[in-house]
Amino acid sequence: MSNFKVLMNGIINENPTFVLLLGMCPTLATTSSAINGLSMGLATMFVLICSNVVIALLKDLIPDMVRIPSFIVVIATFVTVLQMVMQAYVPDLYATLGIFIPLIVVNCIILGRAEAFASKNGPVPSFFDGLGIGLGFTMALTLLGAVRELLGTGKIFTITVWPEDYGMLMFVMAPGAFIILGYLIALVNKLKKS
Amino acid sequence: MKKLESSLKNMTVVLTSISVIAGGLLAYVNEVTQGPIEQINAKNLTEGIKKAIGEPTAKLQKSDTLKSGDIVYTTDKGIAVASKDPSGFGGDLEVLVGFDNAGNVKGYTIQKSSETPGLGAKAKDWFQKGAKGNIIGKNPGTANLKVTKDGGEVDAITASTITSRAFLRAVNNAYQAFKNGSANAASGATQNTQGQAPEDTTTVKP
Repeated sequence: MSNFKVLMNGIINENPTFVLLLGMCPTLATTSSAINGLSMGLATMFVLICSNVVIALLKDLIPDMVRIPSFIVVIATFVTVLQMVMQAYVPDLYATLGIFIPLIVVNCIILGRAEAFASKNGPVPSFFDGLGIGLGFTMALTLLGAVRELLGTGKIFTITVWPEDYGMLMFVMAPGAFIILGYLIALVNKLKKS
Repeated sequence: MKKLESSLKNMTVVLTSISVIAGGLLAYVNEVTQGPIEQINAKNLTEGIKKAIGEPTAKLQKSDTLKSGDIVYTTDKGIAVASKDPSGFGGDLEVLVGFDNAGNVKGYTIQKSSETPGLGAKAKDWFQKGAKGNIIGKNPGTANLKVTKDGGEVDAITASTITSRAFLRAVNNAYQAFKNGSANAASGATQNTQGQAPEDTTTVKP
């Protein structure tokens, strides 16, 4: 598979949110607005690319029986680095995403890609896999966040489209996330078929 | 290169070295980010105090940590109290409330919260002057600062009664701390910024 195919695979055919349905907790919890979804997606993408490349480089050095703990240590390291850097330089964003940053460690997308792709391929394809899956996740979260923000508060990226009083509060809350996610998955499936 | 065999020696060596390298990297990043993080926290606090008492030029003179865990910040323009309530909708809700000498609320900021965006997170505007749940200018000692549902006189945030209750509890806690703090100050017990601390307060340098 060429690198481009690997990249597109992550965005469309194996989109982690709409096709693989992985990482649902951060997907549902952080997408109350488009900007939150986008930031969560980018944070996850950073960790995913770094851990994929490092694991692809180390894969021959790691004995099979300790591969899961090794992967987790690598992933947790990058997440903690990200957390400290965000806290220091983008405190507002850190305050919004809060608890979901450390929870990237246990995001099944990341461990899933480490196990399914990076531990079998070289660092370059792994980089593109991380980029592709990361972009797919980011796009899905941004889209979900934008729809929820629009329906719930009448804004997209905090730009007012219609007055907040017409917003449907439910879509900002958890039930709205499930409903929108369901419709978006249906829509993506429909588009892929045609 | 052939994959390393899963012998006890290999596994121990690999896991240990990965952990050691990871630990070293984290120690380095921690070293680099520690300064900026502390600066940001300190800045948030001073900005919060200024906003709570509504005086952008206020200078922090001293801060006293009470037994209850509340912190009384005395500035040249008024007093701000940091207090918190553990039962917000998403956990701790930390507020900074500014008081004038009579104990009327001058302003507040929310320093830390995990409330639902679009609902409980509105608390940062909801109770401000001119908004629906205005508490500014009220005195928690005389006014009944509870949500209307509990027989008080403050309108709760729509669909966020739990957040509103937690917020008002924190404000009332802050008022208690303000009363205790200023009682001590009146008797001269907390005048010292360093040196011997009075019995029921620990004094920290601003």
